[in-house]
Amino acid sequence: MNTPDAISLLKARLGDAITETPVFRGESGVSLPRERIVEACRLLKEEGRFDMLTDLSGVDNADTVPRFEVHYLVYSFADRCRLRLVVGIPEDDPVVDSVSGIWATANWHEREAYDMFGLRFNGHPDLRRILMWDGYPHHPLRKDFPVAGLPAELPMTAVEAGTAESAPMAGGPFVAAIGTPSSTRREPRACDTVAERDRAVTDPNRREEI
Amino acid sequence: MTRKIEETYGLKGLEHEVIVTRVDAAVNWIRKNSCWPQPMGLACCAIEMMAAGAARFDIARFGAEVMRFSPRQADCMIVAGTCVYKMAGVVKRVWDQMPEPKWCIAMGACASTGGMYRSYSVVQGVDHFLPVDVYISGCPPRPEALLEGFMAIQRKIDHSKGFAALKSPASTPLDAGALEGPIIIRGE
Amino acid sequence: MTWSPQAEGDRMIINLGPQHPSTHGVLRVILELDGEEITRLWPDIGYLHRGDEKIAENMTYQQFLPYTDRLDYLAPLANNVAYAYAVEKLLGVEVPPRCHVIRVICCELSRIASHLLGLGCYAMDVGAMTVFLYCMREREKIMDLFETLSGARFTSSYIRIGGLANDLTPEFVPGVRAFLAELPAGVAEIDGLLTRNRIFVDRTRDIAVLSREQAIDLGVTGPNLRASGVDWDLRRAHPYSAYPDFEFEVPLGSVGDCYDRFLVRLEEVRQSRSIVLQALDRLPAGPWYVDDGKVFLPPKTDVLTRMEPLIHQFMLITEGINAPPGEIYFSAENPKGELGFMIISRGGGVPHRLKIRSPSFVNLQALSVMAVGHLLSDMTAILGSLDFVMGECDR
Repeated sequence: MNTPDAISLLKARLGDAITETPVFRGESGVSLPRERIVEACRLLKEEGRFDMLTDLSGVDNADTVPRFEVHYLVYSFADRCRLRLVVGIPEDDPVVDSVSGIWATANWHEREAYDMFGLRFNGHPDLRRILMWDGYPHHPLRKDFPVAGLPAELPMTAVEAGTAESAPMAGGPFVAAIGTPSSTRREPRACDTVAERDRAVTDPNRREEI
Repeated sequence: MTRKIEETYGLKGLEHEVIVTRVDAAVNWIRKNSCWPQPMGLACCAIEMMAAGAARFDIARFGAEVMRFSPRQADCMIVAGTCVYKMAGVVKRVWDQMPEPKWCIAMGACASTGGMYRSYSVVQGVDHFLPVDVYISGCPPRPEALLEGFMAIQRKIDHSKGFAALKSPASTPLDAGALEGPIIIRGE
Repeated sequence: MTWSPQAEGDRMIINLGPQHPSTHGVLRVILELDGEEITRLWPDIGYLHRGDEKIAENMTYQQFLPYTDRLDYLAPLANNVAYAYAVEKLLGVEVPPRCHVIRVICCELSRIASHLLGLGCYAMDVGAMTVFLYCMREREKIMDLFETLSGARFTSSYIRIGGLANDLTPEFVPGVRAFLAELPAGVAEIDGLLTRNRIFVDRTRDIAVLSREQAIDLGVTGPNLRASGVDWDLRRAHPYSAYPDFEFEVPLGSVGDCYDRFLVRLEEVRQSRSIVLQALDRLPAGPWYVDDGKVFLPPKTDVLTRMEPLIHQFMLITEGINAPPGEIYFSAENPKGELGFMIISRGGGVPHRLKIRSPSFVNLQALSVMAVGHLLSDMTAILGSLDFVMGECDR
């Protein structure tokens, strides 16, 4: 079925829940409440032959209510048509049901929406961050997050900007002469005795010399 | 000197077969002509780095015979591409695993200063956590620029005084007439 | 970094990447192995997440164009074209025919370049180093062509919203013809080295089979989808640009294994060559940009001598193209798959939301399904055959 028929199908089954969005540049969409999204998607996949979910993306409309939206773009191979579904998600309860049971591809898209906006998806098998590291405290694509970023604890290791000076200003070149204590600090297994290795590894003055 | 060798060993006519030099010069010559890169290819610059390693620009004729992905076997890390905070720890860890002596080239605008990505996830230059020897500008730099940067590393190695510094523990390689600077290569 | 999976029973967890010769960029894959056999795997991405979508919300449409180059950085011009068409759809602007044809030439040359590099790296990972060098040799010719056209070999940002950066240079068309005359020999070399090579076939046949239903369910697009037998190419299904005027075949696979994906890409190189030849023959004369001062920068001579172009120039540079409010989605058949741009505009020169539907991001999800049951040593073949790019995946 083509897109207008799909919209009619949705309207027939879900009634008033479906609102058509105005056609713009030849694209049609519907908006519906978040509680009905799984039902609508299942309908579209099984009866509407919309077998592929092209895209799922979160949107932050900072000043409008509801603040967040999720846009689903579904596509039918058989009928070569596309339909957009939009659900609104309030700021104080950013939860919506997951459609990863309907299209497997929604899995990573929903993880990205969670990562970037903080939207939670009920029933998602593995909802964790995908682009930023685990434990990153912010949601970058929210409108109140500045593009330059906010301070956060860095993952895993030594990128504490500010503790290391930009190297050339510290007077390079950074080639250690052979056999200096710094090489044993860097390569503990190069030490001759266990005691020496322990000293090298636990030395508090690790940065005094390259 | 050549005469002494002749007398000691009873050999004549060896002048053309024996070179006398300083250990530093010999070791530096060996090091600079066999400097194997560790390609930390992160983004688009990695493609130009691969082009530099391919047949047309051929980094192997400078001694960088193989791109050694294992840091244990590499001398020079070429950070090619945008380093994001999530990746920075990995880059630092690989850098730490490289044995001395080692050098670092920051290839491209993103590795040098963060490039055009002034955003929340990009480290504004790998020199925040790595000691960079040569910066190559460009987005991406031409492979010829990478070769020029590589040659700058070779010049730097040429000037290093590792063994001379051992003679007098008070002086460090830092004061021993080394090249100053940041060395910056124009990438286009 | 803090999340790590638990191995079941006495299976082993091994980490592949993000720094690894075969991961084609910074991809980390956590593998659970039972001996040599992969039982589960979790791709971990985000090691090249540069914040493109956030940056887009702070830039005008033209300012964002160079960022699109760096998405799929194996085929920069193709991304530019897709983005330009997306913004032009939003603006409701149609570029002249010459511009369409030149953009098709750029896209198809980028497709050849991308597939060559993808195949070259795939072969190199599997062990055929020579093929990589042959592919790079052909790619260098394409890079030289782009350099004569735009000044930059690689990420050239040659496309503009409403047109191009400049018209075709005089050396370009003869250069392309000369390259296309030499390309069949290059492709034949690769073909001869790999297609019936016992070792290559053993390493790729029946490895990582992706069925039609799985591929569609996972949203896989591009050569990977066609290798699984689904006849769907955006250039045919929803023709854009000048593609309706050109005749070409869409290669399909039958099994959906790594070997099929290799064959599909190799054949697409030949088809792209045919498209470029047709495009060169039918290159229309005429303007190469839309003559609308509110969209495309007027010629400098006009800007410096007349008032209205001066104002247009000023507004375009300071405020950007004034887009109407609304939401569009446009997707193009990129070498990696369907690259889509969803743009939500609230009026003005800066988008409210720009979502990049990245084919590599979606294709990589299929990895968790494809690689299970295969050996660890098949992993390089599988990664190579998927042909993803982390710049596009992580944005």
